[in-house]
Amino acid sequence: MREERISLSQSGGYRRDSESQPPYLYPEYESTRLRAPGRPLVILPHTLSELTGPVYGHEKVGTLDHDLTRQHVGEPLGERIIVTGRVLDGDGRPVRNSLIEAWQANAAGRYAHHGDRHPAPLDPNFTGAGRCLTDSEGRYRFVTVKPGAYPWGNHDNAWRPAHIHFSLFGPAFATRLVTQMYFPGDPLFEHDPIFQSVSDPKARQRLVSRFDLSATEPEWALGYSFDIVLRGCNATPVENHG
Amino acid sequence: MKPGSGSTPSQTVGPFFHLGLLREDWSRLVKLDHPSAIRIHGTVYDGAGEVVPDAMLELWQADANGHYAHPEDDREGSPPEDGSTGFGRCGADDAGHFEFVTVKPGSVPGPGGGESWQAPHINVSVFARGLLKRLVTRVYFSDEDEANAADPVLASIEDPDFRATLVARAEDGGYIFDVHFQGENQTAFFDV
Ligand SMILES: [Fe+2]
Repeated sequence: MREERISLSQSGGYRRDSESQPPYLYPEYESTRLRAPGRPLVILPHTLSELTGPVYGHEKVGTLDHDLTRQHVGEPLGERIIVTGRVLDGDGRPVRNSLIEAWQANAAGRYAHHGDRHPAPLDPNFTGAGRCLTDSEGRYRFVTVKPGAYPWGNHDNAWRPAHIHFSLFGPAFATRLVTQMYFPGDPLFEHDPIFQSVSDPKARQRLVSRFDLSATEPEWALGYSFDIVLRGCNATPVENHG
Repeated sequence: MKPGSGSTPSQTVGPFFHLGLLREDWSRLVKLDHPSAIRIHGTVYDGAGEVVPDAMLELWQADANGHYAHPEDDREGSPPEDGSTGFGRCGADDAGHFEFVTVKPGSVPGPGGGESWQAPHINVSVFARGLLKRLVTRVYFSDEDEANAADPVLASIEDPDFRATLVARAEDGGYIFDVHFQGENQTAFFDV
């Protein structure tokens, strides 16, 4: 019985894709210097602890949680956009019924957060946080406004390219991912150490959404497509437990 | 997206993650009056020994019987008790301090799932500004000497002091687990 159950861990579990990932220490991103671990990581085999992970109930996600433009009495200022795409594993399979959390600055580049000191206006009609579940094809959709670029203290005249923060769980503890989605053609890319910390240009490109006319709704909102790829596993999970 | 394509890179949570990730309090995995509730708390420190207020910890754990509330754990036996999901999340406060209320998990199967068992442990992800990707560590328990001595993951860490950074100290009905990003007391982190 147990042999069938543990097929994933016996096969080595989820594939590591370290080439696509940034390092912990990237000195150009100042804050990594005192936060990147100094000692080598301990390799962890994938046991039941890593092959399982939090599962969410639908009841916790409200029907309007994906729409950041409808959380207040009025509509937020800014360019209304739709951000949509699929969550897939490294083998192209959809990641279904999986929670996505997102947060962002408003159109002026200001977060509705007490720690944000950027002297740009807050928008009383925009909090900048949403969530949704992927559907049976791994598809998700947010409605929001395009976030503004904002300055930060990393280096002289440092500005973050416009981005939306994404948090995903996927099927297991091993597949947890927090990332940022950027917008195509941003002139700040080459100056941003967080974006540049990913050394492989192809991997870096996976952080950039694509303008998508088919996701654009006439007379209403521009559409951007952003697919998110989680780690793949080394074997198909056993579906039949005889 | 073609099969076999590379994965999406991780990026830091930044300093304002509270907005999107901490709208609800997920620091209590069981009710405070649960008969075997324990408190796990600690402080996050950076390489200069300063506390880290803009950090967040997530827990993933089995229930007291060692069952994970997840389809991959389809062993025969009781379902997870109390309907607890086994997931917790807590942001550090201004003093870099976090606190969870949960139950101590049972032992779970080891690598390969054969004869080996792992000592009671909680899987931990640490997120913070300045972490381009999460740090992964584990909380073991100081009152589980025998099980800890037989644990295959602890055994894979040769340096006993480094190994000991994963063992939370029992104190006043709770457990203390500090996280040090760097330095002499650096916590052991895993490549998952
Ligand atoms: Fe940000």
